[in-house]
Amino acid sequence: MKTDIILAGVGGQGILSIATILGAAALSDNLYLKQAEVHGMSQRGGDVMSCLRLSSSPIASDLIPQGKADLVVSLEPMEALRYIQWLSPQGWIVTNTVPMVNITSYPPMEDITGALDATGRVVSFDMDEVAKEVASARASNMVLLGAAAPMIDIPVDKIENAIREVFGAKGERIVENNLMAFRAGLEKAKAIINR
Amino acid sequence: MKTKKLLLGDEALALGAINAGLSGAYAYPGTPSTEILEYVQKNPVAKERKIHSHWSSNEKTAMEEALGMSFCGKRAIVSMKHVGLNVAADPFVNSAMTGANGGLLVISADDPSMHSSQNEQDSRFYARFAMLPILEPSDQQEAYDMGAYGFELSEKLRLPVMLRLVTRLSHSRAVVTTDSVATEENTMAYPADTRRWVLMPGNSRVRYKDLIAQQTQMEAMSEESPFNTLTPGTDSRLGIIASGIAANYVKECFAEGCPFSVLKISQYPLPKQKIAELASACDAIIVIEEGQPVIEESLRGLLDRGLKVYGRLDGHLPRTGELTPDCVAAALAGLLPDMKEQLTHPAAMPSDKVVARPPALCQGCGHRDVYAALNAALETFESPKVFGDIGCYTLGWLAPFNAIDTCVDMGASITMAKGAADAGQHPAVAIIGDSTFTHSGMTGLLDAVNEDTTMTVIISDNLTTGMTGGQDSQGTGKLEEICIGLGVKPQRLKTIDSLPRNHEEMKQLFTDEFNHPGLSVIISRRECIQTARRHAKKQS
Repeated sequence: MKTDIILAGVGGQGILSIATILGAAALSDNLYLKQAEVHGMSQRGGDVMSCLRLSSSPIASDLIPQGKADLVVSLEPMEALRYIQWLSPQGWIVTNTVPMVNITSYPPMEDITGALDATGRVVSFDMDEVAKEVASARASNMVLLGAAAPMIDIPVDKIENAIREVFGAKGERIVENNLMAFRAGLEKAKAIINR
Repeated sequence: MKTKKLLLGDEALALGAINAGLSGAYAYPGTPSTEILEYVQKNPVAKERKIHSHWSSNEKTAMEEALGMSFCGKRAIVSMKHVGLNVAADPFVNSAMTGANGGLLVISADDPSMHSSQNEQDSRFYARFAMLPILEPSDQQEAYDMGAYGFELSEKLRLPVMLRLVTRLSHSRAVVTTDSVATEENTMAYPADTRRWVLMPGNSRVRYKDLIAQQTQMEAMSEESPFNTLTPGTDSRLGIIASGIAANYVKECFAEGCPFSVLKISQYPLPKQKIAELASACDAIIVIEEGQPVIEESLRGLLDRGLKVYGRLDGHLPRTGELTPDCVAAALAGLLPDMKEQLTHPAAMPSDKVVARPPALCQGCGHRDVYAALNAALETFESPKVFGDIGCYTLGWLAPFNAIDTCVDMGASITMAKGAADAGQHPAVAIIGDSTFTHSGMTGLLDAVNEDTTMTVIISDNLTTGMTGGQDSQGTGKLEEICIGLGVKPQRLKTIDSLPRNHEEMKQLFTDEFNHPGLSVIISRRECIQTARRHAKKQS
């Protein structure tokens, strides 16, 4: 088993909690993992990226080579596109479609959508809305994790246990909200992939 | 008993040190080194043992405090980012002369590619200059293991040991096998040789000869080091020297096993015999190292007439920026055309639709209000200059504020404003954060006080060390007293809250002080929005 994931987003959006949960799930599944992240200046509203590598055999590089990522998972559509050169020819893009417009030069949305769709293997939808429907808007990163789960070779129950573990200290209601958001993302993604 | 833990490189090293009987950790926050001391602060064993883990005012004070603990026979670490080592350079270089008593690890985390730094200097140069050994872990497990190994090496040699990290190890997580039980701390034991701790010329001359004589022993240890490994290959066209994490990128390139001999270097001084052994077994050598070409330069020499050496200096690898598996693969493919297909693979072109998304000051950040008022106040002046400093407020250079003219190093705002004022610049404004002020601004302010220089210092106080994630700031609650204590005239020391509703008042205050001959200090205060949120959450 080997899954190389680029996690992308804008500083402060919460991509690192996705990494934390997948890390805990991988650990419980006895997988090797490496996860490189950037701290510091870029966390102030700039673009942030994390390389998450999961494998049943030892992993050498902390960084994913270009053209080798199985997944680009992004909380923001332009940020998904930023890492297109990392995506393997068989890889999938899983992204929220809600743009984070904190810059004046944000490109027209149809350009972004067009470029993403042109890759052919895209799971994209309004994850904020799904999160709002089942839990709260703040759980959109768990919707994203759910949407990526079908492409990650870790049993769903292990990921759910990891969500319980990571959010456990915040109380049962938060855990349930995040699980609901995760499951909603998973269902939605399955429907899109099967289409 | 062993326990598996998921740890950042920084955390693995911190835990390795704690489990090896650490008694004191010293640091000033700096990306990518901050998480080392933070880990010690929250570690249960460290808490139970009351291991020192308070932040220091700057890297120099941290280094000297760690040296003091080592003097007493206890094991200490001091951690900093690479440019922090410039600040600590005086005690660092001289600690090679005094030597260490208890194990002393000087951890310097380099930031090639300058993710969050103003340069990409390579800390290994400092250790070579000071003639001290270096450990450079290639992965999180080695970072952990080098805690105990480093202390033992330091105590064996009676010298501080540099531990060099780089961003991609400091900030990358992996599963690490750790000891379940921590070794006991050292007991107090003063140095047997007391003369070397007093660096008067007579003592220093003796010590310097000793230090030079010790280089042979250090080289022998590098030859025997479990972290320096020569793996023979079957193809003699190329030999590979890879230091630290570069070794991982080489492994990544040859997933099915590397046909070339590889010398992995993680302990310095360089293992000369191992390098000679590699050189005798191959036609050419490529040196792959993170950061500046430290190993490559020492292999090439001035005349560069021996064995062909490839690396960063001849452009086979990029001269600047951090290594990636891609640039390492491209360099190898360039030298081995027959293996190009195996080494490289197709990748999409970067999208031309993507635009840059630079970082920005948070909404609700007090620095924003300072810059808005500052810009408004400076409008009436013909040629104002604002000297900036290191911190979140450096982002004031970017749109929409475009408010600062310089940013060089910690504390330089005040001293550069002074130099500019001496040259006739008016208004000369310095803007500095609270933590940077106590790190390196206070001494410069004393210079300005002593000459009553016509300039204005704005301390934008957010009650924390913001950029690195909100660590305690050493001047919190004391800034007014510090300024008065340094001799700032009480009537020229003003305090205001950095709030949008105070815009007009701030603007007026700034204007008044710019027009006032002599030195003024304005403390503009509002808690960092990030730490304020965290404090609010804790209370609720």
